[in-house]
Amino acid sequence: MAVTFTLNGKSTTVEVDPQMPLLWVLRDTLSMTGTKFGCGMALCGACTVHINGEATRSCITPISSVAGKKITTIEGLSADGSHPVQKAWIEEDVPQCGYCQSGQIMSAVALLAKKPNPSDADIDDAMSGNICRCGTYQRIRKAIHRAASLQAATK
Amino acid sequence: MPQRAMFDRRDFLKSGAAAGIGLLIGFHLDARAATDPAEEQEKKPVNPFDAWVRITPDNRVTLILGKSEMGQGAMTALPMILAEELSVDWNQVKVEQAPTNPKVYDHGTGGSGSVAGSWLPLRRAGAAAREMLITAAAERWSVNRDTCVAKDGGVLHGARQNFLTYGQLVADAAKLPIPDLKTVPLKNSSEFAIVGQNIPRIDAKEKATGKARFGIDARVPGMLYAVVARCPVFGGKVKSFDTTKTKGVSGVRDVITIDAVAKGAFTAGGVVVLADNSWAAMEGRRALKIVWEEGPNITESSETLHKQFLENAAKAGKVVRNDGDADAALARSTKKVDATYEFPFAAHATMEPMNCTVEIRPDRAEAWVPTQAPQWAQDIIAGVSGLPRESVVVHTTLMGGGFGRRYQADFVMEAAQVAKATGKPVMVLWTREDDMQHDFYRPASYHKLQGALDGDGKLAAWKHFQTSTSIAAMWEDKGEENPQNSEFGTAVFIPYETPNFRVEYTLAKSGVPRAWWRSVEHSTSGFVVESFVDELAAAAGVDPYEYRLRLIGDDRVIPDFANPKEGKPLDTARQKGVLKLAAEKGGWGSPVPKGVGRGIASYYSFETYTACVAEVSIKDKAVKVNRLVYAVDCGRPVNPGGVRAQVESAAIYGLSAILHDAITIQGGRVEQANFNDYDVPRIGDTPKTEVHVVASSEEPTGIGEPGLPVVGAAVCNALYTLTGKRIRRLPIRPEDLA
Repeated sequence: MAVTFTLNGKSTTVEVDPQMPLLWVLRDTLSMTGTKFGCGMALCGACTVHINGEATRSCITPISSVAGKKITTIEGLSADGSHPVQKAWIEEDVPQCGYCQSGQIMSAVALLAKKPNPSDADIDDAMSGNICRCGTYQRIRKAIHRAASLQAATK
Repeated sequence: MPQRAMFDRRDFLKSGAAAGIGLLIGFHLDARAATDPAEEQEKKPVNPFDAWVRITPDNRVTLILGKSEMGQGAMTALPMILAEELSVDWNQVKVEQAPTNPKVYDHGTGGSGSVAGSWLPLRRAGAAAREMLITAAAERWSVNRDTCVAKDGGVLHGARQNFLTYGQLVADAAKLPIPDLKTVPLKNSSEFAIVGQNIPRIDAKEKATGKARFGIDARVPGMLYAVVARCPVFGGKVKSFDTTKTKGVSGVRDVITIDAVAKGAFTAGGVVVLADNSWAAMEGRRALKIVWEEGPNITESSETLHKQFLENAAKAGKVVRNDGDADAALARSTKKVDATYEFPFAAHATMEPMNCTVEIRPDRAEAWVPTQAPQWAQDIIAGVSGLPRESVVVHTTLMGGGFGRRYQADFVMEAAQVAKATGKPVMVLWTREDDMQHDFYRPASYHKLQGALDGDGKLAAWKHFQTSTSIAAMWEDKGEENPQNSEFGTAVFIPYETPNFRVEYTLAKSGVPRAWWRSVEHSTSGFVVESFVDELAAAAGVDPYEYRLRLIGDDRVIPDFANPKEGKPLDTARQKGVLKLAAEKGGWGSPVPKGVGRGIASYYSFETYTACVAEVSIKDKAVKVNRLVYAVDCGRPVNPGGVRAQVESAAIYGLSAILHDAITIQGGRVEQANFNDYDVPRIGDTPKTEVHVVASSEEPTGIGEPGLPVVGAAVCNALYTLTGKRIRRLPIRPEDLA
């Protein structure tokens, strides 16, 4: 089945099984490997992308359900790491192994779009679906606060 | 900002072979080995510390890194050491992962050993390159080399203010003899400009932009994706299977079987579904009908293991260490403390599930492996393919977590078997469920502690009996005879003074695979020793911090009884140093708010001294860890920022097994399957963590793991002050908090 959607601003059509999750279309069909597989059950957040601006677990999202929608992946945030959240992540030296960080960043970007100046409790709430086994959580909190400042400064 | 070179390894091999490109020094980082004939070097089973330095005419410095990066920051800290001795601008440095060449490198990455083991060899390598460049400059200028200095990536001749970059000197320097690495002059530490600085990770940007390539991101033209159906019962086999429905799944290409491989790789074997994409392979596996021959382990459960523990603990064990007469001292003591501690199996649960991509062609093989042991991967692929090792190229990729799990090669063996059988490039991909149910777990263990206090509150006796599903029994040649070798760590040379000290051990039999989990035996030994000493302090009626200082006593060194040949002795002055620092920074002795408990623990592992003060409260029948204050002495901190990051990380990983997760066994199989039933810490569980790093000039020691063993005891000792109850069975259960 052919499914057409907008991926990081570009119209994209794939011919795949309609039940195939978006995660695997991105990774295996389109070779866009920035979005990660962690659990396959929307339990860890490694596969988080934006669908029409909402943070969504791509591992349980059938490709047929995204027809006509706007998808943003980590590759679509910026070409050079200049998105305020990415900058904050680098400045706070957040990543360790780095595997979960695409998903963490996508969740953080979605949070900041809704709450430009989140509290620690807001952060813990919005980020609770993203697991990091390296335990970078404390730095993630700091980086989200920093990103909030960076975004405020550019507005 | 320094970068990781995005360099195609094949291009590198070609360019490296081309003459005149630059200074390509095959430094054999073990100074002793460098003097051995080539064939002697080849015979060496382990060459611990290898790397190459490359300086190109455009004045870039590259460290070819033999160690793997799994988040621990070796890729940043090791080049810092090299850059320091070379006197280059940090921004000049690039890092490349080494090609797998057992004649040159030992790639094994574990035991918190990357910085500790590379410190001197990398300094010597950098210094040797610097000295050769200085000589080249002096000869060019016809001046005395003593009047030349290395500075900012070049050589400066003071009198004439001449300056040549390393790039300009590299062709000449390459022709000079390599200085004796044992005597090459090293920088005075007062001149250090990079070592000791907080240097941001070299790979932060690629990891914040999705560009970082992990093993799972390998993409090879024409590749197939494979998943393996393994018997859920450890040791079980395929009896029969029906592929009818699987072959009807869109995208499925083939179904094959692979055999189990015993000692070494320890694979389960099974039915392999190959497909055009990962999802089709998983769907195809779901559609398989398999009848398993479950084998003898089907009767094992966590309950049977617990019974075995109790039976073992009722009898004396094999004597591991005996000083004085602990039994007699216990018998005559009027103040005794008894406690038992029990730990379940623990899974690694790296964020990136196991995977490996292999292509085997008639004349060569190539593999993309997220591994802590690339050389082993190379050997396995050579063995399965029948190719010579030199014809097997292993690309060591970034790893989405290691924690010891990726020191195994089961996933490599499977991928090699499938690649060999199909003749196509194949990624064997594990799902989370595969990863959770076919791990090599941290052993389950049971500890019986007995202590006796004398009239002065001093320690009259300490007796520790342990029974566990030993790692050595599974992995080592004489592991069944000496299963205790992997199980005690510092618990056999505690810093607390007692004339009567006895340690005993009995192996518990299990069909559950075991291996190295972050901090290995220290994860349980640290908990046991630091919980029990806290119990003794309470029995003595002494503040637990003061009590520890009192029992440690005078400044002295305690030989590493667990590793007498190679282990550094425990220096009690440094142990007391971290205890005092953590107590000071953690406000030990100051009032705590109502409902908050404060506890302390201190431990020595991987030659590093750690202490932690924890503040906890109980909310909705669950533990809330509010604050952790760490003090660590890991010798000279090469990258203090990296040290803090590793301790923060080890704290969360340790809390995971204390607060949340356990692997339990029923019917010879693991009961947990995904993050819903193996519920690891999330951001809301994260305490405010401070890490205070001792400014030491001792040789650097390990840091990836030592933050872990103290955290559980500090938290549980803090809980005791709230509830009056000791936590003796992990993980913590709601009833332990009431």
